[in-house]
Order: sequence, then C-alpha cells, then structure tokens
Amino acid sequence: MERRASWFNVTAVALGLAFLYLPIVLVVIFSFNASRLVTVWGGFSTKWYASLLQNEALLDAAWVTLRVALISATAATVLGTLAAIALVRYGNFRGRTLFSGMIYAPLVMPDVITGLSLLLLFVAVGLDRGFWTIVLAHITLSMCYVTVVVQSRLITFDRSVEEAALDLGCPPFRTFFVITLPLIAPAVVAGWMLAFTLSLDDLVIASFTTGPGATTLPMKIYSQVRLGVTPEINAICTILIGLVTVGVTGASIFTKRREVERRRAERMAAANP
Amino acid sequence: MTAAADTATSAPRQRSHPFGWLVVAIPYAWLAVLFLVPFAIVVKISLSTAAIAQPPYTPVIDIFGGIGAITAAVRQFAIDNYVFLTEDSLYWRSYLQSLEIAVVSTFLTLLVGYPVAYGMARSSRAMRPILLMLVILPFWTSFLIRVYAWIGILKKEGLLNQLLLSIGVIHEPLTILNTNLAVYIGIVYSYLPFMVLPLYAALEKLDDTLLEAAQDLGCPPIKAFWKVTFPLSLPGVVAGCFLVFIPVTGEFVIPDLLGGTDTVMIGKTLWNEFFANRDWPLASAVAVVLLILLVVPIVVFQNQERKQQEKEG
Repeated sequence: MERRASWFNVTAVALGLAFLYLPIVLVVIFSFNASRLVTVWGGFSTKWYASLLQNEALLDAAWVTLRVALISATAATVLGTLAAIALVRYGNFRGRTLFSGMIYAPLVMPDVITGLSLLLLFVAVGLDRGFWTIVLAHITLSMCYVTVVVQSRLITFDRSVEEAALDLGCPPFRTFFVITLPLIAPAVVAGWMLAFTLSLDDLVIASFTTGPGATTLPMKIYSQVRLGVTPEINAICTILIGLVTVGVTGASIFTKRREVERRRAERMAAANP
Repeated sequence: MTAAADTATSAPRQRSHPFGWLVVAIPYAWLAVLFLVPFAIVVKISLSTAAIAQPPYTPVIDIFGGIGAITAAVRQFAIDNYVFLTEDSLYWRSYLQSLEIAVVSTFLTLLVGYPVAYGMARSSRAMRPILLMLVILPFWTSFLIRVYAWIGILKKEGLLNQLLLSIGVIHEPLTILNTNLAVYIGIVYSYLPFMVLPLYAALEKLDDTLLEAAQDLGCPPIKAFWKVTFPLSLPGVVAGCFLVFIPVTGEFVIPDLLGGTDTVMIGKTLWNEFFANRDWPLASAVAVVLLILLVVPIVVFQNQERKQQEKEG
C-alpha cells in the first residue's frame, strides 16, 4: 500500500530538515560576507578564501588532518571488515561476547574517556606522541563503525554464489577476493567514508593523543572558535562542508548505480540458468 | 537454506584454511591492546599520585623490573583521588548536572525526532531514500562546525536576536549563548540524526494493515497511534535514546562552546583536570567514575544491538 502524506507528516519533516540545515546554510552564506562583523551583511566577497591560502599554519593543519584521515580510514576499513567477517561467519568462537562488546562499546563511549585512556597507553609504552599516535587512536575508534556497516551487509547477502565457488574448489582466500568482496563493496566503501569523516571531524581524541608538532584542523578551528567567530572560520567550514557534500553524494550515486547493475545481472542470471 | 544450517555447513570449511584464524585474531588483538588494556591503565593511574615529573604521576610501574618492582609500586597505590572526588562539590555537581542534562536532552531529542522519523516513514516510497539521505548528510559534516554555527545564531548580537528584535517580538536581546538552554539546543541539534535513524528504521517496518485493522474496528487515529504504532516503534526509541544519552553524558565540545561558567558537565571537568591542571591521576579517577555510571547503559545497549543483529541474521 502506498502511504499518503498528511499535512502533519509533511510539516514535521520540513521543520526537521529546516532545523538541520539552517545553521549550516548560514555558515556558508556568511563565509561570503565582506564585513568583518560576522552577523552584519556587508556585501559579497571571497576575500576570506584568499586569506585562507595565505595562512600557513592552517594549511599545515589541513594537510596533517588529511593524511591522518586517509591512513586511518584505510587501516580501519581492513580491520573493521575482518572483524565483521569474524562476527558473521565464524559462529561462536571463544571470547565472542567480549569481542562483540569491544566492537559496540567504542560507538557510544564518550570521547574524553577514549582519548584519555589511549593517551595513557601511549605514555605507558613510551611511544612518542604525534602524528602516528593520532592515527592509531583513529583506527581504533573508526574500525568499529566499519564493522557495524559491513556486518549488516554480510548478514543480508545471498551466500549461494560463495558456496558455489567453494564447492567448485575455489580456495577460500580467492573466493573472498573474487566473490565476497565485490558483493560487499558498497558497504566497505561506505565504511571507509564513515571512517574518513570521523577522523576528519575528531577534536577530543586527537587533542589527547597528539604531541608536539601535530596539530589537526579541528584542533586549529577549536582554538580559533574559542577566541570568537571569524569570517575565516566560516570559509574553512564552507570548504569542508562542500567537500563532504560532494563526496557523500558522489559515493551514494556510485553505490546506487552498482546496486542497479547487480540487480540486473542477478535477474539475467535467473532468466538464463 | 536456513541461517543456522548455513553457518553449520560452511563455517568449518572457512576455518579449515591455515590462516583462517587470523580473521578473528587480528581485529581481536588490536581491540584488546588499544581498547581494553588502556582501561586497565586508566584504573591503575587513577590510584597513583600526581607528581611534577614526566610522566606526571607516581608510581611509574617498570614492567621490565620483575615482580618485585611491580609489587613495590602497587603498595604505593592510594584511593586519595576518589576520596577527593567525594569531598569537592565541583565533581558532585558535574556528575549530577551531566546526568540531568543527558536525561532532559535525550527526552527533547526524542520529542523532536519522533515526528520527523514518523513523517519520513509515512512519506511515499520514492521520497523515503531522498529524505533519509537528507537526514544523514548533516551528520557527515563536522560536529565542530555544526556546534560552531549555533554561536553565530545564539549570541547577543546574533541572528536569532536580530530577527526577533526586527519583528518586534522582543525589545531587549535575549541571553541564550553561554546558558544551559544553548547547551540543550546544541545537543538536540547535533544528536538528532542518531535519534531519527533508529526511529525511522523501526517505523518504516511497521505493518500498515495493523493500523487499518484498528481503524476498521473504530479506533480513533490518536488512540491507534498509542496502542499500535508507538509500542511497535519501541526498539527504535530505546536504541535512539541510548545512542544519545551515553555520549551526551560525557560530552565536551557542546558545553564548552555553548555553555556558560555554571554549566559544569563531567566531560569538561575531565578535560580541564587534564589540560589545565595537568592532574592526570585525578582526571583518570574522574574517567573511571564516569565509566562506572555508564557501564549499565552501555551493556544494555550492546545486548540490544546484538539481539537486533541476530534477529535480522
């Protein structure tokens, strides 16, 4: 049955979306404000973007953040996918309860606790704090998100193709790369993107685990925000919002297209047995 | 083939691969070392004493010094930090206010999120993925940016006051920024997607024929909502509330940027103890107590999630 949209439902959704988007839209608009007073419109200008390019410290921080996010998201995707396979395909292995506990707990654990505990670990083992300690911390945090995303995909997909490959003597390792991985690819991509944005976003854990020399963009933005709202911050935020919007919509179109192709292939396979 | 038979036939085959056990062992070891062990260290350091040294606490356990060195260090452990937490009212107030803010804001987020999720689930089949995408998209943009955006709106000469002054609703600008109200707005805003998504997932699965049956039997729509829709959406309500309540209790960014001096939340207290006072042992004790407060909701949340996953599997 097709559900009918009542005025109440439409209003609720419209108000909800307005609430979610209005603050972000305002940041974007005021990043083009010529006036230094952030809340008074003084005409259109892109001068804050030009002044960003002169800001060495900020560009450095952006570069550090990007590298941390790329490395940690990739490692987290590998580890998180392994963990998802372990949870879905390995049945009741010993210590499974503890394992799934360690997967779900970081999802809700307050950042201050995760950050503090990881820092104390790094100090205890005598690791030099800086770039790589942030990477390790971010891998640990985001691999659990990857696991949850990949796990739900692994649970729902049709295993008969995989079984067929194994029955025909394809080694398990190869079966994984030739059959399983392409089938769960959309979830793996989504997991990678989630891990990437989590890392890009994180202020608290990075602040705890960093050392001299490694300042990330959120840390930089945070220290400037504490001094007050400035048009430059609006400009950085707008660039980040733009990147995320392009990335997420691009990825979702990509996965949608793959989904459609896969369905078509499945239909054709069913029609010509 | 049923799910049970499925795992029974193929799981052993996969495990028969000589390196198959690594699939479990690698992530397991990673989480044990970087998630579990750190908590043990936090507990250990919460029992130490602050010192002007590098690292700034004593005793420092020399794990290579043998049993003797370790027991000697353990003898120096003291519960002074925990005693201090009960003596200074700052910590009491932080914990209580954190819980209060978390409970109230979880309820507010549910109040705002439920109609949105309901409206999404009732929209046409073609609209649903688009609306879902629109709700998820802000969640991808930086948390810090979203909190920051509210400073410009809520401050004294901010956009909200300008708007209200210009349409004549108020004659004096309102003080909203740096109050608890601003903290509530910030939390509801930032955590709304966490509430809407599980609610939507529960409401979308709802079988329409149940509501039709209620209607046919003469049940008025509002009563049908409370008797049919709401009880069936409870798993989503529970999941959403946990996803909001637990992290909000330890929230740092929102109370720090939007709250005032009288907003004392435990995440902020911990942060100050660590970064401003450099008292690592006390910060660890604060973290241990926070963890004890949250351990029950976290375990309940995990069981809920596991059951949900197994039901779908």
